[in-house]
Amino acid sequence: MDTRPAVRARGITKDFGDVVALDEVDLDVDPGEIHGLVGPNGAGKTTLLGLLLGLALPDDGTLEILGQPVGRVLSVPEGVAGFVDGPGLYPALTGRQNLLALASLRGYGPERTQEVDAALEEVGLSGVADGRMRGFSLGMRQRLGLAAALLTHPRLLVLDEPSNGLDLAGKRHVHRVLQRLADEGTAVVMSSHRMDDLAALCTQVTILSVGRTVFSGPVDKLAAESGDLDYRIQVSDHESASAIAAGSPGIQLVPPSSGSLRPQADAVVVHGPVPALDELVSRLVGGGVAVRELAPVVPPLEAAFLALTGLDGSAAQDEEGAR
Amino acid sequence: MTAAVSTRAPEQVAVARPVSVRAGYRFELVKQLSQWRVRLVLLACWLAPGLFVAVVSQQTSLPTDTVFGRWMLATGWAGSLVVLAFCCSWALPLLTSLVAGDVFAAEDRLGTWRHLLIAVRSPRRIFAAKALATFTVILLMVVGLAVSGMVGGIAAVGSHQLAGLDGHLLTPGEAGRTVLVAWVCVLAPTFAFAGVGLLGSVVLGRSPMGLLVPAVLAIVLDLAEMLPLPAVVRFALPTNAFLAWRGLFTDPAQVGPLVIGIVVSLVWAVASTALAYVLFMRRDFTDLANDGAGRRALVGGVLPLVALTGATVLVVSVATSASGTGVERPKLEQSLATSYAHLYRLQSGELNRPDVTEAHLRATASCDKGGSLVEDHGPGNDWRCVVRWHLPDSTATGTAIYQLDVTADGRYVADGDGPKEVNGYFQVHTPQGDAPNPLWQFDGNIDLLTSTEKG
Repeated sequence: MDTRPAVRARGITKDFGDVVALDEVDLDVDPGEIHGLVGPNGAGKTTLLGLLLGLALPDDGTLEILGQPVGRVLSVPEGVAGFVDGPGLYPALTGRQNLLALASLRGYGPERTQEVDAALEEVGLSGVADGRMRGFSLGMRQRLGLAAALLTHPRLLVLDEPSNGLDLAGKRHVHRVLQRLADEGTAVVMSSHRMDDLAALCTQVTILSVGRTVFSGPVDKLAAESGDLDYRIQVSDHESASAIAAGSPGIQLVPPSSGSLRPQADAVVVHGPVPALDELVSRLVGGGVAVRELAPVVPPLEAAFLALTGLDGSAAQDEEGAR
Repeated sequence: MTAAVSTRAPEQVAVARPVSVRAGYRFELVKQLSQWRVRLVLLACWLAPGLFVAVVSQQTSLPTDTVFGRWMLATGWAGSLVVLAFCCSWALPLLTSLVAGDVFAAEDRLGTWRHLLIAVRSPRRIFAAKALATFTVILLMVVGLAVSGMVGGIAAVGSHQLAGLDGHLLTPGEAGRTVLVAWVCVLAPTFAFAGVGLLGSVVLGRSPMGLLVPAVLAIVLDLAEMLPLPAVVRFALPTNAFLAWRGLFTDPAQVGPLVIGIVVSLVWAVASTALAYVLFMRRDFTDLANDGAGRRALVGGVLPLVALTGATVLVVSVATSASGTGVERPKLEQSLATSYAHLYRLQSGELNRPDVTEAHLRATASCDKGGSLVEDHGPGNDWRCVVRWHLPDSTATGTAIYQLDVTADGRYVADGDGPKEVNGYFQVHTPQGDAPNPLWQFDGNIDLLTSTEKG
């Protein structure tokens, strides 16, 4: 396996007129690594992915892709594939025709049919590949876009929201493909809004906010950044549970009227560190209150993301309330 | 942040090579031909003219308002020329709108630019492939129109002699060759409109206005062609070659306007394609909000073409002797007399009279426009001409009267006003029965470029 970094970016800056899309961003991605890129809308994720795909040049900073410095002209090394802003395939062609046309474009010979069949098989689209693209769902298009990228046997795969529109089976297919590629040494950089995707797939994650890096590191380290969380505890007796929680050390009872948390008759929401929570559960059980479920109101990764990007105020709660 | 930056010296990694123009061209062709709209139009181009010519050639009512329309019963070659004249008025610009006007806009609409750039890795080659594929599809359509019209005409009527626009007869072989050359000549203005279509498509992005640019330009220029513009301005327009092919059907051929028309059209094709290229290369493909280059680029695209027209007017006026509208009395008189002499021979043949030559006939014409109060030049339907000729083996002189409707592009329709036995009736009585009278109504074409001295 090639041990050189697949991506090494230092102080990358990119602006569009008055809008600073990226502000001194660093990024390191190793071969075999699945690197998540997250951030609120407008954080600069797509711009960064575009730079990795050779769609634009940084205004400042240095960028090396597969060990090759990106110069002042648009060029990226062989072995980089992916998509930003959707897979961008042609609706008048069938799925298979799209891939065959791309394979021809890349100079594949007669072997292209087998390559295309293998790529379609891998993303689980063999059965529908002869249908026109215009009839494909968003998830199917995403998978076809991934199949198109697979045709190039990439060593760096750059994907923008690859899980968008995917159903459970589609997501499983995509995850399996990405994991297989990573196992074979391909570096994957993917943006996502879905923290569960990142948790399931990524070993490293970079969080961008308004063009700046606010976190970059292992996913489990990100979870640790979340601090104390709010937990929802489903109980058999709401009133007793509330009374017990109010008297528990280190625990704050979060009133149902706080933010836009959906009140539930059989649940209390509390805030506090994990040891205090353990103590609360003991007290509840000791007090004759059955604990039916205990879960963070916002998952740790998401909470960390919201905290790091400054979105953990009312906006986050609005989001949760709407869910 | 990972700190696993390798300290090893980087091995040489190949920079991704851009896809070849040839591969890109094939890719673009696949995309173009996968669109039902393009397929449908291609099919129509290859079938409709043949069917139209075959059906019309069986009718008694002919499209006489179109040049060569009145000869559709006489020879199959006339049908293809009617199709050509019809296409030149609006069909060819519309075809270019449909194909060239959408070739860049389609990528905007589908959101596929980034995908295409990642795959091809060279905007320059993307442009080249798209332009070549566009010109190829348009060429396929024009070839279809030409072949279909010819095949339909020959199948329905047969390959016979064709009377040219000065009445001289072209043998079937000459007619076939000349028809073919005429179709080839109109490729130049068609490509000029294709270039404008590419420009519109680049400039206006996904806006449907991009699709309409060649069609709108054609309408504007068609309207301008109807006006009594100075001949030099007329020659400087890319639509000139859409009309100048008619000069191939006179003897000698009116080559000057055709050559100027083709050169001007090719300059327009190159200039508008180059402008489209420059604007395309300036585009920022990472900017999702980009929806065409907007008004500023529209001005940047239109103004150079207006300047090009101005420069062409200047060059044509310096390089040629064209003056005024080019429609002058001496030219009309000469053209009418020549046509009359040729067609008189044709009529004599129909009536089984002894053959005469144009030299024997010594036909002359004298024309007047609108009476004594109107100057005798310029287009109009108020031209009245008297043709005189010498009867064979006789000292007597025959006279025939014609009303001429002369259009600003140099075409005229001569309508016989008598005497009835010569040109006053649409049929002549031949030993085989009634036949169309070639002297009753006929089309002519004057060369707007030549000097006005009476020949």
